[in-house]
Amino acid sequence: MTMGIQVERLEKHYGDHKAVNGVDLEVPVGTVLGLLGPNGAGKTTTVRMLATLIPPSGGRARVCGYDVATQPQQVRQLIGLTGQYAAVDQDISGRDNLYLIARLLDLPKKRAWARVDELLERFDLVEAGGKLAREYSGGMRRRLDLAASLIGNPRVIYLDEPTTGLDPRSRNALWDVVRDLVAEGSTVLLTTQYMEEAEALADSVVVMDQGMVIAKGTAAELRARVGGQTLRVKPMRPQDLMAVATTLARARLAGHVDHEAGLVQLPISGPNDLTIAVRAIAGSGLAVSGIDTSIPSLDEVFLTLTQKQRGGVEDTIQFWRIE
Amino acid sequence: MSTATSAPSPAGPQGPGSSPRLRPVTVPPPLPPLSPRVGLRATARHSFAIARRNLLQVRNDPGQLLDSTLMPMIFTLIFLYVFGGAIWGGREGDYKQFLLPGIMVQTIMFASRATGFTLSMDFGSGVMDRFRALPIARSAVLSGRIIADVCRLLLGQVVMLTFALVIGFSVKTGVLQAIAAVGVVLLYGTALAWVSAFIGLMVKSPNTVQAVGFLWMIPLQFGSSMLVPTETMTPWLRAFAEANPTTLVTDACRNLLIGGPVAGPLAGSLAWCLGLMLIAVPLSIRQYRRR
Repeated sequence: MTMGIQVERLEKHYGDHKAVNGVDLEVPVGTVLGLLGPNGAGKTTTVRMLATLIPPSGGRARVCGYDVATQPQQVRQLIGLTGQYAAVDQDISGRDNLYLIARLLDLPKKRAWARVDELLERFDLVEAGGKLAREYSGGMRRRLDLAASLIGNPRVIYLDEPTTGLDPRSRNALWDVVRDLVAEGSTVLLTTQYMEEAEALADSVVVMDQGMVIAKGTAAELRARVGGQTLRVKPMRPQDLMAVATTLARARLAGHVDHEAGLVQLPISGPNDLTIAVRAIAGSGLAVSGIDTSIPSLDEVFLTLTQKQRGGVEDTIQFWRIE
Repeated sequence: MSTATSAPSPAGPQGPGSSPRLRPVTVPPPLPPLSPRVGLRATARHSFAIARRNLLQVRNDPGQLLDSTLMPMIFTLIFLYVFGGAIWGGREGDYKQFLLPGIMVQTIMFASRATGFTLSMDFGSGVMDRFRALPIARSAVLSGRIIADVCRLLLGQVVMLTFALVIGFSVKTGVLQAIAAVGVVLLYGTALAWVSAFIGLMVKSPNTVQAVGFLWMIPLQFGSSMLVPTETMTPWLRAFAEANPTTLVTDACRNLLIGGPVAGPLAGSLAWCLGLMLIAVPLSIRQYRRR
């Protein structure tokens, strides 16, 4: 498989601080890699190195075979970059912003204007095209920024937290654009703090924390690493919570009581667990208002992987199987 | 934006161990050979594209021009009517004829500070990242800035000279000399714009750039023949003033407009301007690459 992006032991040091500490990544052509991590994980620093904005301190990174450190000029001909903070010129119009980039990418004047109109159309900015970018809403500015990074039909696109701060509608619209780009054969590196976003867009996911890769795989594989399904039982009357737990414990199941949520949770570890649990609840005669199974959300996976589980735990009571 | 026809979200039943999503893969055409360098002609084109952007910024916010148009006019009126009598005393000739070429130089000095300020503003926004991730020569951003600023400086000179003529300044030489006078002032402005660029790239915040750009010019402006004749200064200051490029440029401009020896101050002006640029241009480019 040809690689759009290939990163080996990439490092970036600032004094003693290793912002990026030996990162390996591989993004096959025509796929999306989701780079996940909390603030300060080194995602943006990685993208900045891959975009030739800062030189790596160590390791190697190639874009379509071109080395970012020794062949930056070639790399720049291949990439499009949409930053965390929209890199548009606030003091000129949206059209002029796009035209500037088109000219810097050597499109002749006529073709440059044609391309500008095409992109304004695609990003629903035709009406706003003549307005100064400072008058744009956040979503419009992001769209303009993305349009600017697509003028040269880049092979590889970096999206650095493209939807942070966007409303759900703008976010969905942006996701659609990313899907279209991939369908056209682009390779995309997407950094995000949202598991949902990675899951919606990415073929594979890499989780970073403190400059290092702490997990990689598909979204489903990452979930499997943290655990399988969970059964949740919610009694009709909150005071039955402990009774439900006792019933399940007698049925030789273990789990925990979440008082705050008013439900009992237990991991489903064996093939018969679900049947046993349902039969036990039915036999006890306790009224149940809800019973369902859930897969751990990627946010839970993420929190587990980054070992930053917060809150909630002290409100739960573990119960153990009664042998 | 495109209508939502994309694949359903896999957030639901995709259990552990299921295979990655399958979708048709479009294979992009093979890469054409990529050039490792940007040609000179391309760099010139890129510089003009960036200059256009910088001039559009001025067009969209013409208030930026006030410091290179209205402010020197006010200075002229203050010096002419408030200080003029005291400065000129019982001298021969007209202070107006002496002062206005000086104000032309002052205009260009004030206006040249904008180069550093706007560069600093650009670095503070994300625009610079966009430029630096594009396959263009890094010098294009700087030269685009300078091209636009020279246009702005020229506009300031035209406005000032017109204003001078309106309030009764008279050119005693000829059209060619007048053009040469504007030319030498413009050259000085360009040299100072490069110095300003260097300051803008050295200092981190735009506000500090403003302050530093203002401070270093005070001795250059007031320790010169711009507003007053140097003969009345104390000897050490007079020595400074006579070596000061502002004096040389002012004298060249003044004598080109109202008559007097030109060769000496003109040669001195050219030497200073070229010398300043010889130092400031490579330093600015180096500093730009570092940031």
